[in-house]
Amino acid sequence: MDLIADHISHRFGALDVLDDVSFQVAAGEVVAIVGPSGCGKSTLLQILGGLLQPGRGAAQLRGAPPAGSLNPLTFVFQDFALLPWNTVEENVAFPLLHTALSPSERGAVIDDALRRTGLADFRAAYPKQLSGGMRQRVGIARALAVRPAILLMDEPLSALDSQTRELLMEDFVGLLADGAMGAVYVTHNLEEAVRLADRVVVLSRRPGRIREIVSIPMTRAERGAVDARGKMAALQADLWSLIRKEAIDAEREVQHA
Amino acid sequence: MLDRAPQAKEQATEAKRPVEFRGAGFAPGGSRSSGWVALALVIAVWQLAGSAGWVNALFLPAPSAIAVAITKLATSGALWHHLSWSLLRIGTGWIIGTVAGVIVGFAIGLSGMARGVGITFISALFPIPKIALLPLLILWLGIGEEPKIATIALGVFFSTAISVYSGVDAVPRNLIRMAQSFNVPFHAIVRRVIWPGALPSILAGFRITASVALLLVVSAEMIGAEYGIGAFVLQAGNLMQTDQLLAGVVILSLFGLAVGKLINLLEARLLHWR
Repeated sequence: MDLIADHISHRFGALDVLDDVSFQVAAGEVVAIVGPSGCGKSTLLQILGGLLQPGRGAAQLRGAPPAGSLNPLTFVFQDFALLPWNTVEENVAFPLLHTALSPSERGAVIDDALRRTGLADFRAAYPKQLSGGMRQRVGIARALAVRPAILLMDEPLSALDSQTRELLMEDFVGLLADGAMGAVYVTHNLEEAVRLADRVVVLSRRPGRIREIVSIPMTRAERGAVDARGKMAALQADLWSLIRKEAIDAEREVQHA
Repeated sequence: MLDRAPQAKEQATEAKRPVEFRGAGFAPGGSRSSGWVALALVIAVWQLAGSAGWVNALFLPAPSAIAVAITKLATSGALWHHLSWSLLRIGTGWIIGTVAGVIVGFAIGLSGMARGVGITFISALFPIPKIALLPLLILWLGIGEEPKIATIALGVFFSTAISVYSGVDAVPRNLIRMAQSFNVPFHAIVRRVIWPGALPSILAGFRITASVALLLVVSAEMIGAEYGIGAFVLQAGNLMQTDQLLAGVVILSLFGLAVGKLINLLEARLLHWR
């Protein structure tokens, strides 16, 4: 199943946020969206996921979702969005409660999601008892439970410390390794974009327009090798050169606002 | 292999001095026992003042006299008689006001049209002291129990409705968006996200409405009732039986404390996740 951003424009009141953004995410592809602060990255993701109606243009799907997918477009949120009154297991079960799954099927799906995210021993814990990294793992387990075709990830690591970020990045690489699931990954962090994405959509400062779409010419497995570090650093530098001036302008704009 | 940085050498020439602690205060803790000790001390001084004849027993009877009055009330059956009337009025009025307040509060919290209409009416009517409506309610509903119960229900309704829609408004929007992103149906979002998210505010509202109901039942019983703790306190005052009057006040205080404890238990059970 492909996800298509078709000439999407949006404004909040008098503020133009997005201007004629078009690109496609093919089945199993990981596309990162980067750009200066306030360029509309998160707004674009909400439009792609059907949580916000665009002023112009549309988010479209092409092709059938994979068999058994309960929610083809599934978000992983920056602030985890866990229900604090539910345990880990109940949070993962939450999106399954209103599906046609039988209790035993639901139990198996939950067990599988908890196992894949290393949460099997924490199923009875409440979110307040978990670290930030573990909370985000619950968010990921909840997303995996509905067998998405495309994960929509809105800066999923930005609320975490650098060591936890590194560990979760390894988890993401593992989860996306078989190409069964695609992803749109919004981030400020160019290193994350280069580590994870097949292509990087670079947005201009507000109103966000597509400045460039950069392909990452390595498989994700190759990027983990020590000798790939120089090439990845060069790619990051290229991306930074595309963003730097606009990031400075955007920062000044925010400070003067 | 990582190189280890050498430890900085200690400067032996200058004397060491501790860093001054500047983080004290602004963290009130306080033990519960200190509160009980203070209460016992006040009662002891009060008893001493009464026993020593420092104060006229007519104006301020000693705690022991109040205890005797409560015992006599309990053994004669008068206490249960008055208390049962008050509990009947409070219970009925509180339940009616709470059910209506929860329904209207959720409607205001979830519907734009209900919010527009409801908040206007609540803003206009909430500040009215509800006891001022009792004569009008007597005209409408007769001189039986109905106007007293309606007064309590009205007082409870407004506070409940406000606490419920405030609670609904306070539910983090990201949780609602999360549920929508999984195509969770509206009724399930209300039941599984909005209701538990609003519950802390709703229970805080219950604490307030319990006090409102107690205040209104006493006021209503003082205006137009033969039985009930409010009526008993008023009769005792008219007869200058201040020990009986204060016995009634102590019973009201104990009732308020019991309701507070009950809400504490509810919070501990329902909000254990906080």
